[in-house]
Amino acid sequence: MLDDIPEDEFLYKGNTACAGCSAMLALRYILKAAGPNTIIVNPACCSTVCQGTYPRSAYGVPVLNIAFAAAAAAADGIASAARNKGKNIIVFAGDGGTVDIGIQALSGAIERNANILYVCYDNEAYSNTGMQKSGSTPYGAITTTTPTGRKDSKKDIDLIIMAHRPRYMASASSAYPKDLFNKVQKALSIEGTKFIHVQCPCPSGWRYATEKSVELGKLAVRCGMWFLYEYEDGKLTLNAPTKAALKRPAPLEDYVKPQGRFKGVDIERLQKEVNEGMGRIRDMANMDALEKAKEGSQ
Amino acid sequence: MKKMATGNQAAALAVKESDVEVVAAYPITPQTEVVETIASFVETRQMKASYIRVESEHSALAACIGASASGARAFTATSSHGLLYMHEMIHWAAGARLPIVMANINRAVGPAWNIWAEHTDSLSQRDTGWLQFYAATVQEVYDTVLMSYRLAEKVNLPTMVCMDGFILSHAIQPLEITQPGDFIPPINIPHALDTNDPMSYGNLTAQNDYFKFRRAMHDAQKEANVECRSIEKEFAERFGRKYGPTDEYRTEDADTVIVGMGTMAREAEVAVDLLRKEGMKAGSIRVRQFRPFPKLNIEGKKVIVLDRDCSFGAGGILAQEIRFHHNVPVYNIIAGLGGQDVRYETIADLVRKAKPEGEFWLGVD
Repeated sequence: MLDDIPEDEFLYKGNTACAGCSAMLALRYILKAAGPNTIIVNPACCSTVCQGTYPRSAYGVPVLNIAFAAAAAAADGIASAARNKGKNIIVFAGDGGTVDIGIQALSGAIERNANILYVCYDNEAYSNTGMQKSGSTPYGAITTTTPTGRKDSKKDIDLIIMAHRPRYMASASSAYPKDLFNKVQKALSIEGTKFIHVQCPCPSGWRYATEKSVELGKLAVRCGMWFLYEYEDGKLTLNAPTKAALKRPAPLEDYVKPQGRFKGVDIERLQKEVNEGMGRIRDMANMDALEKAKEGSQ
Repeated sequence: MKKMATGNQAAALAVKESDVEVVAAYPITPQTEVVETIASFVETRQMKASYIRVESEHSALAACIGASASGARAFTATSSHGLLYMHEMIHWAAGARLPIVMANINRAVGPAWNIWAEHTDSLSQRDTGWLQFYAATVQEVYDTVLMSYRLAEKVNLPTMVCMDGFILSHAIQPLEITQPGDFIPPINIPHALDTNDPMSYGNLTAQNDYFKFRRAMHDAQKEANVECRSIEKEFAERFGRKYGPTDEYRTEDADTVIVGMGTMAREAEVAVDLLRKEGMKAGSIRVRQFRPFPKLNIEGKKVIVLDRDCSFGAGGILAQEIRFHHNVPVYNIIAGLGGQDVRYETIADLVRKAKPEGEFWLGVD
């Protein structure tokens, strides 16, 4: 399945990620898809630390590290310089730097249709600082700032991004690297702002055994906690694993049980949220189908 | 070519002549005319640059940092709250050693809302590593922006060119437009992002290396003090206009000197003339270069410092700098806050009454 993915590596051994870090798995495939003609812009996040300590770098492409709220604007600055025409400018930002503190600069950049690919690797908390609640933390999850589990619902950054009508956006998962690879390649072939939201399970923060990152990433999709889709020119297309999950979702318990962060969660309330999310994405996909049918009948 | 221009227009015209590649800015009173003028240059193709209409000042400087980090010449302009909103990025630009030039149109900081001139906005950015200049004429704004690109790119530190809101930003004065030619050579940032030589900038750095980076910034400020003199000398030879870290007026035989910055220091020159008529051996020194702070010619003189700013709990910021660098008593007059009108007659009157040491708030004390 991975035969046509290049063997070239731009994420080196010796990076300082935690064991089982799936954000690094995602980055590995993103960089394989982007190739060497790439500049990474990195706000404060796990990925800042994963590069290793000066004077070494574990990333095989140039990286501009920048303050939390500034990544999308800094990337736009690089992309706007005529001398950088033809280069892939990729923001690699965590959910904190995207959904919360970085949202203003991101919103501005998409509005201006900055020629950048913004990747949000979402581990559903501020993992780098020791697992505090982020806007992306799901209902019920225990973090150090929601020690008895989050009482309210996560922020749906995808709907917010969609409202900006970007040229291309997609949802992906580190557990589906080929899908991620393809989406990055497609995004980079398009001029303007592209957004890819990648779920990246975090063993230390979510409290599960390090070897289970891929398994849990797949379970998130199968039970409907995470969707895989593409959104282009106002049309939302569900990818196969999510289509299958919407027809027959895996039991939520399968996903929740191996994770320490969901200890004591009100599973019924969480299921209700998952069902609502599935309904919303189904409607959005169907809306496109309806539009198509309407166009066909005219 | 001679023309009439405002301080704001002069800044924009200098940016046009400096081959700037990326401009990112957010409008704020009284700076708005700078970014409007540049926008019109770019859209009418008088200037070949990318213009990023950002959603905030934080993003304006972040975009300049991105552009500069990839080797491009960048410019932004702001004022007051805009400058303060950039504060994090102001540190970042200097720490990343990026030669960005910014025009700051000095304005008071709220609350209460006040759009008029005051230096507290830029002086509160004193310790960020930026080089800072304070202009007092439209021509000086223009010339200082041109020289700033030379200086910033020589020592790899960002440079702030400050001017008084409205008093200078909106004042129309004659301006000699310079064809800089090769005065500003093509930009070459040694640590620009390079896909053929990938490196990571700004990543995790342990104590000892971080310490060395900070020392290098301090050394670069000192180097700027030397480099700026040679740039000013070359500028004078080419274009006939002379500048230095300070601008002295009738100080040769003066036993009393008034020290200030920006337009208030020009007003002080007229006060000097008035006091000289009365027989007082007065002179004035206008501090143009605030960072790095220059040595002043004040030893053995009665020193009266005009501050259009205040560090609450300490007093005027310029006065503090002078007290730190010189072993002289200082009489500190805090005046002009929030755009308070400070006339030369008033300055002369305050000088007549000045004590050797102390602090006086115009209109309050």
